[in-house]
Amino acid sequence: MPTLTSPIAGKVMAIQVAVGDKVEVDDELVILEAIKMETPIYAEDAGIVAAIKVKEGDAVKVGDALMVID
Amino acid sequence: MWEAMQDLLYSGGVVRLAPGQLIMWAIAFALIYLAIRKRYEPLLLLPIGFGILAVNLPVTALMEPGQGLIWYFYHYGIASGIIPPLIFLGLGAMTDFGPVIANPKTLLLGAGAQVGLYLTFFAALFAGFDLSEAAAIAIIGGADGPTTIYVGSMLAPHLLGATAVVAYTYMALVPIIQPPIMRLLTTRDERRIVMRNLRPVGTLERILFPLVTAVVVMLVVPAAAPLISMFMLGNLFKESGVVERLTKASENEIMNTTTIFLGIAVGATMTHETFLQPRVLFIFFIGLFAFAVSTATGILLAKLMNLFLKEKINPLIGAAGVSAVPMSARVVHRVGSEANKRTYLLMFAMGPNVAGVIGTVVAAAVFLSILK
Repeated sequence: MPTLTSPIAGKVMAIQVAVGDKVEVDDELVILEAIKMETPIYAEDAGIVAAIKVKEGDAVKVGDALMVID
Repeated sequence: MWEAMQDLLYSGGVVRLAPGQLIMWAIAFALIYLAIRKRYEPLLLLPIGFGILAVNLPVTALMEPGQGLIWYFYHYGIASGIIPPLIFLGLGAMTDFGPVIANPKTLLLGAGAQVGLYLTFFAALFAGFDLSEAAAIAIIGGADGPTTIYVGSMLAPHLLGATAVVAYTYMALVPIIQPPIMRLLTTRDERRIVMRNLRPVGTLERILFPLVTAVVVMLVVPAAAPLISMFMLGNLFKESGVVERLTKASENEIMNTTTIFLGIAVGATMTHETFLQPRVLFIFFIGLFAFAVSTATGILLAKLMNLFLKEKINPLIGAAGVSAVPMSARVVHRVGSEANKRTYLLMFAMGPNVAGVIGTVVAAAVFLSILK
């Protein structure tokens, strides 16, 4: 089960998918805010969203798990 | 009745509109359009664009010394030298020096991009400006707004309006000027390079970095103290992990509040009388050239480094050596993601970006200690 980890440090602004959604590679999954810029985080794997590990407003560091794609 | 309406008309601004003000409206609307429609840095472009519009409406006296609302923002915020260091405090609290500590060679790229600053200095001297004026103009070549304003207010207050306007025009134009140069000098395959494997950076290194940088820079170039001290204090807040409230205040409340007043006050310096002048336009062109050269030399230095590096860097990050923090790092991120959505260059670009700021602040302090 691949885990999507955060490539940058920032604050979770929005989560664009829900558990159970089907996603494709390069789909926009999470929007982080870092250095006042909205940075969309894209899917690295295709599959079903199995779990979402963060919520809006959370601060994340590089390597923190964002969601699990099955 | 008719006369009363005529009086109302003549006491209003409509009949006093100058053609130059209409040109400034066009500039203001262009910036507001870019902010809202194109999402080009709306947090800065929107207040700047509105500031330009507001100040180019006749009779409002918004920038009237000792009287106008926005003049007070400008006087107490910018002319006093308070807001630039406060912006640096917020930037420090937001800046992750991890990529710099993990990959110090990206610091070189910040130095590469300072070439534009020196070219601007000599270009301004040749153009007939004196040493202090040339230094105040040269700092524009570093493309760092707060530093430019700081130096301008110390060395050439009579040019402060012009240099501030030009510096912030660059801040606004970074997303427009840099990408064509970046695309011209790199291949699509180079832009697609994903950078990985930054080693994890420990808490101790992160805490020591702002302390060591503050001590070294302030010992060597004391004139850099106001900007560097706030920058490193903000970063120390963040990395200490024990003053979350102060960190959040620095990066959110203080940063957001000062951004509003900085944006509208800087926009409001752009009256048609001050902006639509040969002298200002000339400074604009000198700096524009330097800015393009800085972008190019940063990228070319990155490509040069790639000849020797086993693990290639994405040459786009060289463009972030033009300090414009964090705007040019964002532009690098955006251009990289156009070629490959999952490049996420933002933090890698912050290496040269932050080095560029430190470089520009040091250069500014050297100018200040020699010329003041």
